[in-house]
Amino acid sequence: MATYTITVNGQNRSVAVDPDTPLLWVLREELRLTGTKYGCGVAACGACTVLAGGIPTRSCVLPISLVGAREVTTIEAMAHDAVGRVVQDAWVATDVVQCGYCQSGQIITAVALLKRVNNPDDTAIEQGMGANLCRCGTYVRIRQAIKTAAQQLQQGRTR
Amino acid sequence: MIDRRTFILASTVAAGGALLSLYVDAPVQAQQQPPAAPPLPPDAFVRIQPDGTIVIQVNRLEFGQGVHTSLPMLLADEMDADWSHVKAELAPAAAVYNDPFYQMMETGASVSIAHEFQPYRELGAKTRAMLIATAATRWNVSPDTCRTSNSVVRGPNNQSARYADLVADLARQPVPQNVRLKAPSEFTLIGKRTRRMDSRPKCDGSQAFGLDFYAAGLKVAVVAHPPVFGGRVKAFDEGAARTTTERVDIFEIPLVNGTGVAVVADRFWTAKQARDRLKIDWDVSNVEHPDTVDLRAKYNSLARTEGLIALNRGDLAAMDRVPVSNRLVAEFDFPYLAHAPMEPLNATVRVDGDRAEAWVPSQLPTIDQAAIAEALGIKPEQVAFHTLFAGGGFGRRGPLDAHIVRETVAIAKRYPGTPVKLVWTREDDVRGGHYRPMCAHRVQIGIGPDGMPLAWNHVVVAQSLFEGTIAAAFELHDGIDETVIEGTADTGYAIPNIRVSAHQPKVNVPVLDFRSVGNTHGAFVMETLIDELAARAHADPIAFRRTLLSPEAKKRRRVLDLMDEKSATWRNALPTGHALGIAVHECFGTAVGLAVEVSVAEGRPRIHRATAAIDLGTAVNPLTIEAQVQGGLAFGVLQLMGKGAITLKDGQVEQRNFHDFTPPYMRDTPVAVDVHIVPSTEPPTGCGEPPVPVIAPAVANALSRLTGKRYRSLPLVSL
Repeated sequence: MATYTITVNGQNRSVAVDPDTPLLWVLREELRLTGTKYGCGVAACGACTVLAGGIPTRSCVLPISLVGAREVTTIEAMAHDAVGRVVQDAWVATDVVQCGYCQSGQIITAVALLKRVNNPDDTAIEQGMGANLCRCGTYVRIRQAIKTAAQQLQQGRTR
Repeated sequence: MIDRRTFILASTVAAGGALLSLYVDAPVQAQQQPPAAPPLPPDAFVRIQPDGTIVIQVNRLEFGQGVHTSLPMLLADEMDADWSHVKAELAPAAAVYNDPFYQMMETGASVSIAHEFQPYRELGAKTRAMLIATAATRWNVSPDTCRTSNSVVRGPNNQSARYADLVADLARQPVPQNVRLKAPSEFTLIGKRTRRMDSRPKCDGSQAFGLDFYAAGLKVAVVAHPPVFGGRVKAFDEGAARTTTERVDIFEIPLVNGTGVAVVADRFWTAKQARDRLKIDWDVSNVEHPDTVDLRAKYNSLARTEGLIALNRGDLAAMDRVPVSNRLVAEFDFPYLAHAPMEPLNATVRVDGDRAEAWVPSQLPTIDQAAIAEALGIKPEQVAFHTLFAGGGFGRRGPLDAHIVRETVAIAKRYPGTPVKLVWTREDDVRGGHYRPMCAHRVQIGIGPDGMPLAWNHVVVAQSLFEGTIAAAFELHDGIDETVIEGTADTGYAIPNIRVSAHQPKVNVPVLDFRSVGNTHGAFVMETLIDELAARAHADPIAFRRTLLSPEAKKRRRVLDLMDEKSATWRNALPTGHALGIAVHECFGTAVGLAVEVSVAEGRPRIHRATAAIDLGTAVNPLTIEAQVQGGLAFGVLQLMGKGAITLKDGQVEQRNFHDFTPPYMRDTPVAVDVHIVPSTEPPTGCGEPPVPVIAPAVANALSRLTGKRYRSLPLVSL
């Protein structure tokens, strides 16, 4: 056991856990930020995706001891992110979710994509979202919602 | 051919509810008719709060299919409730929430809307009638002169009262026995594209799923399961597991099948690390070691012999009159498939003296509640059972052996007063059995002079899902499990001479319903073979099907026509290297017709587009139906994935996680899907499962056009 202080959603949080504890389980069990999901534990499904230093990161394979000074942003803070809010609204307007379990990871990944690419086409969306699994198969609507969000962000920029 | 749902209904009445006897004190006698169900009390389903919020109980698991929105729509429409103030809750386990046909709480067989269309509307209409009666009494007017809309009752002299203001007197009103239900033209919600109520919480991280359940003092448990199904712990060395500074409890527990070692800690990671370090000596000497290679050989050889006859129409001697050059023999193989819902399996149970409380994302709350009670030697009503939202399920959260809650309670009873959450890791899930059965089909076809099938001899080999379970009495018919031969013996094609028979070998691999069940393989076989016959006859695949479909296959004909019309433009302008694939299938009372545009990219099928038509009677929420079709197609792509198979070697499952059992990612699924609903006022039928079976054969048919090969063995390892 060791004590670590990390920055999560703009706040400094201290936790006492084993050094190899993945960030995912620190978020879920120590900080009770349960919006970040466990799906596979081997970085294969993307359900646990958070932003670490602004980069979409698989929290299930990132040990707490390696988080360091990187600011961690989870789905719980996405409504306070300019792009995050637009993406969430597009998701709701498009009725994307089914079971919803993978959608925290999908939304975080989409936000990162839209911060990188202004107007992603189908190929760019596939590249950006290609490693996030959804067993309900909401992929068609995820594509739609990302395009809607991109449009709205662009309108916001030109205004 | 008796339909499975009808069969269950009929036999439930005839058998007097063998399932009931599992969880009621005094089992109903076999010959006795079950008592007529009392009318459902509206107050068990509807709560009107002082602020005008109307809370509706949902008697099903919400695991993506949208019942959390569509069931309240049924009730709210008849109640004339203000939809913007309607909320939904998942109901706890109680008899009042039982499925009216199965007489237990269940989510499966695509029946939620079909079975609740009438009861939920009646509940809404009765509540509305009671609200009107309350207002009419208050105003001293005749109820007939009152109108309702948007949670307000209006009287003949401009009186008005919000529903919330009538609640205090509502309980004094008798519940009316008979109410008039709306005609379809009067619906205000049913038939309208209505967004899900659970979208926002599922987009901001606030929606709690089973795995998100935490309570003070909660312990987390993981279990080491035997490497071969049914294996037992011989000995274990916990020395290495105890390297952590945190408290870890390690002990052997009984499993439904064999024994295992439970590891319990305050945190998941602690428990999992300890489990991974455990050294366990297993005794697997007395259990069968299934092996995929051996099973395939056995199944293929069984398929060459006749099984139990499920369908025998016309005279197979017609085959002998067909010249050998016009006969076709096709042998098919399908692997075991894991459901792999995104949320790993879990359950939380707290045992407290002669009572228990459970929080489970369950498709079978009544069965799970009874299993917990049985394990503790108490009555089901002493188990408070909460159904939590589930991150997918597809059948996996409804095993009749209730093995997840049984494992949980075997651990939780050692911690009186403390909630214990069992977590199956993804590896546990992939290796844990309860799969879609592996199967083989062998079909011999005699083609008539008109190119149409004249004689059809079809043998299916697959494990029964229900033999030896509590549901055997309902699900087996003359020894044949409907889930083995569905999609084939109930074919809508007017083949004059056809025999379908089934072998149901017993194998030491637990199997389970899997979204659309036997139709996953039955539809693949039928739809690829019909397509092959069409190609052989140089006929258009849609026209060929239209000719061959029996006049009674009305829904299939309607979706074929609608799909034909809606896909015509793109079908007739396919780019070079792209091909069309067609499939049509009916299951759970619903027909789906599909056209796909496919090319080959990097050795894999690329599905550019899909046009689907669906006939499910009355469309309650077209927005959800569209989502279920889009999602069901994507789910069905699993069958085409190169790594879409569970295999066994010397008794052990060879796959571990998503890297070697790989469901479809975005690029594997159709880029665009347009969904068209056949307009209908017939009673609603299933929606969750029917879209699944058509995609794999449609894509395989398109691939055949591109490569000239026929695809009879899944997964599609290479094209």
